[in-house]
Amino acid sequence: MLDVFGRRDYAIISELVEPGTRVLDLGCGEGELLAWLRDHKNVDGRGVELTGASVQKAIARGVSVYQGDLESGLDDYPDQAFDYVILSQTLQETRDPLRVLKGMLRIGRRGIVAFPNFAHWRVRVAHLMTGRAPQTELFPYDWYNSPNIHFLTVLDFEALLGKQNWRVERRIFLAGNREVTLLPNLMSEVAVFLFSGG
Amino acid sequence: MATSTFERLDLDCGVTLAPVEVAYETYGTLNADKSNAILVLHAFSGDAHAAGEGGWWSSMIGSGKGFDTDQHFVICSNILGGCRGTTGPSSINPETGEPWAMSFPVVTVADMVRLQKMLIDSLGIKKLLAVAGGSMGGMQALEWAVAYPENVGAALPIATTARHSAQQIAFNEVGRQAIMADPDWNGGNYYGRKPPARGLSVARMVGHITYMSDASMREKFGRRLRAPDQFEVESYLQYRGSTFVDRFDANSYLYITRAMDSFDLTQRDTLAALFEKIRTRFLVISFTSDWLYPSYQSLEVVSALRSRNCDVAYCNLASDYGHDAFLVEVKEQAELVRGFLASTLRGVEQHA
Repeated sequence: MLDVFGRRDYAIISELVEPGTRVLDLGCGEGELLAWLRDHKNVDGRGVELTGASVQKAIARGVSVYQGDLESGLDDYPDQAFDYVILSQTLQETRDPLRVLKGMLRIGRRGIVAFPNFAHWRVRVAHLMTGRAPQTELFPYDWYNSPNIHFLTVLDFEALLGKQNWRVERRIFLAGNREVTLLPNLMSEVAVFLFSGG
Repeated sequence: MATSTFERLDLDCGVTLAPVEVAYETYGTLNADKSNAILVLHAFSGDAHAAGEGGWWSSMIGSGKGFDTDQHFVICSNILGGCRGTTGPSSINPETGEPWAMSFPVVTVADMVRLQKMLIDSLGIKKLLAVAGGSMGGMQALEWAVAYPENVGAALPIATTARHSAQQIAFNEVGRQAIMADPDWNGGNYYGRKPPARGLSVARMVGHITYMSDASMREKFGRRLRAPDQFEVESYLQYRGSTFVDRFDANSYLYITRAMDSFDLTQRDTLAALFEKIRTRFLVISFTSDWLYPSYQSLEVVSALRSRNCDVAYCNLASDYGHDAFLVEVKEQAELVRGFLASTLRGVEQHA
């Protein structure tokens, strides 16, 4: 189990990915996950990242990263080029999430999405008690400087997958470093879905 | 510097050059299975002297540098049509015993690469670990990957393009016209006489403007004066122009800029089609302030590579130095190159 970078979602994703596969990581940051998958699971990985400084670090790490916007950047790839397309903690920042998700399943056999759950009880309480846009550890931003432009919950995401006739292969819910099984829409801070086309 | 002579080279224009000489330098040690060779490709006015004292890429090539000569065997040769040891218009035509001058056949980037391939073959190297170059060196790197995909493990085209744009051709044409307007050019027949120094110098001045950026010129010169009636930037350009005359041949300028202008990989097929069977890994680098070879040109290459699901890394490095950045912006570039080459080497070892 990968438990570096202090990113529990990375740890889960690193377990979900089968060895020897082709992986595209969207919003891959400095390429930590891809480097780990390459070194430990013999994965042929690529990344897309917009921030120049992160791209530099990723390439210096030997990871093949394309500097560009992930929303338009998916169009170039051929159909079913990857076994997995990963989108970790970025879906809520994209302008057109459905287009991104569709693109992921066009170029990959499976998608792995991790996102912060806006229905976690702390968020609900913060919203209810303060009467303001909720601020929690998971959503630490003020409304005017948040990179998050879409707020979704576990139920929202499952509803969308159902509507698109996409199949959920695995779902993992996290609160801090613990896995949550009970009442995930209320109790989980981060949700990880492994899903494939209908 | 070493020189190799080859019996003949068939050119794209249909002419055969026989014989043809190529000047080259090497750095580092070729390993036993000859798998650590990197061919570095010089830009328009460069030469085989890439590393060491006064080398045009000495900041990138050497012990512990981006192209680490402790690990790699680095080769750099002067291009065909050049004037620094490889056959070009200032060479002697064996049939007449006179310099070729303007009777030298038209050469292309593909011809330059064909000659480099002969050199690499003669060194007993079957597959290059990497080919790398900036500007016209990057065009050669792309040509290598397309012409000899089996022989190139990785390609590093930097600040370059798959085809010259109207703007790039336009600046080259100003340079050519400056040379040909100099009476000393004399239809190219100036060898043994006074060379067209004024024309060549003006051509180089234009070139240097295109290699910088508004920001880098503002920082380097501003409106500072060198003399009461001379701006610092004027003095700089004149100095660059006049020193260029001492080391460069005006006819080579004409031939090489023609080769750059005629370079267009898409004339053969779409880039996506050309890259279809390529297994070569790519590291493509552009620079934010490079307006001579803007990033859209690199992105055109990258986009085609991605459409073929090729292994490509791309970075648009932040720099104020304009096109010169690939020679100047060393720290960031070296880190990218080092990491990319290390992972290329890992791949080679895994498959060995």
